[in-house]
Amino acid sequence: MKKYISFFKMRFYAGLQYRQATLGAIIVQLPWGLLECLAFHTFQKVNPQAFPMEFSAVAAYIWLKQAFFVLFSVWGNVDQDVFDMILKGDVAYELCRPVSIYKMWFARISAIRLAGAALRFLPVLAAASLLPKPLRFLPPQNIFVFFIFVVTMLLGVGVTVAFCMLVYITAFYTISPQGIRLFLMSVVEFLSGSIVPIPFMPDTVKNIVEWLPFAGMMNVPFRVYSGDLIGMEMYKAMGLQIFWLFVMAAAGMVLCNKAERRMTIQGG
Amino acid sequence: MITMEHVCKSYKVAKRNAGLREACKAFFRRKTEIIQALDDINFTILDGEIVGYIGPNGAGKSSTIKILSGILTPESGVCKVDGRIPWKNRMEHVKNIGVVFGQRSQLWWDVPVIDSFELLKDIYSIPTSTYQESLDELTQLLNLQELLKTPTRQLSLGQRMRCEIAASLLHQPKILFLDEPTIGLDAVSKLAVREFVKDINRKRNTTVILTTHDMQDIEALASRIILIGKGRILLDGTIADMRLEIEKDNPLHNQQDNPLSLEQVTARLYEKLDIV
Repeated sequence: MKKYISFFKMRFYAGLQYRQATLGAIIVQLPWGLLECLAFHTFQKVNPQAFPMEFSAVAAYIWLKQAFFVLFSVWGNVDQDVFDMILKGDVAYELCRPVSIYKMWFARISAIRLAGAALRFLPVLAAASLLPKPLRFLPPQNIFVFFIFVVTMLLGVGVTVAFCMLVYITAFYTISPQGIRLFLMSVVEFLSGSIVPIPFMPDTVKNIVEWLPFAGMMNVPFRVYSGDLIGMEMYKAMGLQIFWLFVMAAAGMVLCNKAERRMTIQGG
Repeated sequence: MITMEHVCKSYKVAKRNAGLREACKAFFRRKTEIIQALDDINFTILDGEIVGYIGPNGAGKSSTIKILSGILTPESGVCKVDGRIPWKNRMEHVKNIGVVFGQRSQLWWDVPVIDSFELLKDIYSIPTSTYQESLDELTQLLNLQELLKTPTRQLSLGQRMRCEIAASLLHQPKILFLDEPTIGLDAVSKLAVREFVKDINRKRNTTVILTTHDMQDIEALASRIILIGKGRILLDGTIADMRLEIEKDNPLHNQQDNPLSLEQVTARLYEKLDIV
């Protein structure tokens, strides 16, 4: 276990070297969040009855999404190095070490994401807390909510990384993984509630989407934070997060092992 | 000890002619060809030997190294490295070997070299005392002091190769595979690498298996040569045996004032064996 933690640490520290990213985050994420908030504000004004969440909860959702963009984004944060390792054959070196490829890459991807988020989330949330009232990012209601928020965040990151691992592993099986990657990732972007929060989807769609692994990514922690997801519903959502995390990680490990065995590193 | 008995490995290679018509045809019916990369390979290598594994491009050198390092599974045959089957228990096996692929990098490109080393320490679970001892020794032998704090991406090829070799020896493996370790290096770096390989072999009794096209590497290092061509072992002996093989046909070479260089001997031998 220690080797994976060390690897995680190394990637995490290396990720913290990207200073410009912090600045970039504020320049990109803030106006975008503001636009989204205003759009939802307009929807709410037009028909307040049809609005399925408190507006403050929607604002919190949007600001968290902007602040933790790199943590949960499936298409915006692809680790090209992993694909390159597989396609160009440098994975040979990984195989020459006493490590599990799956665990190693899991640590790597989590570290890169967490480092990216650590650099970006504070300025974005700080700025959002200074906005005028309906758009403002508010603190959580109490410490318990905050605690559950942190737990579901970690689970959400686990689910996201486990899913991304499955996409990376497809690179072992196809010569060019671009197609499957683009397709999967745009679909997942929608199903995870990144484009519109899941409560805004029509009931029939929502009832299905809520059971899918993608609902366990950003949807759960962000709605827990604002108090939109509480009680039994919240525990059910957490249970689903844990379930999908295990299922996808297990599937990933099996596929990765299979790929290792049938793999050919081409060229000298 | 390394033994290979009757090891075979073949690859399927997709084939089609140029042009749109051919490409469309290939969409529905793929033509593949089976290439026999290794065809009944047998050899035994004892502890502490330095073996030069040579042959023309595509002869099966890399395939052999990949099988021995556990990342490729052969179709048939028995292969044992210190009693273990490399691909059966990869994790156990790779703890005891070091590998350098001259054309690939094992150091993490965006962090200082020392960070990569520290990580390898944890990956191989090297005790701190062993690690420190190993690091001091390698730093001194390969002259790494100045390089350790530099990110890998900013090293020159020669500097990087020295670090790569150090990285593969931190865990003090009993066997070291060097796959074209001097490719692209300048004369000074080449000499340094050769000198170092000899040193480490003497000090730790490390078994070294060296594949290269640089015959001077072989001359400087290898006490034994295994020549492979078209997937078969064609010669297992010394440099003198290689010369003998050529001179058998043409005894005149012997009397010439300037004997054939090793490069020429190798080229003639490849031609004679029809493996180019």
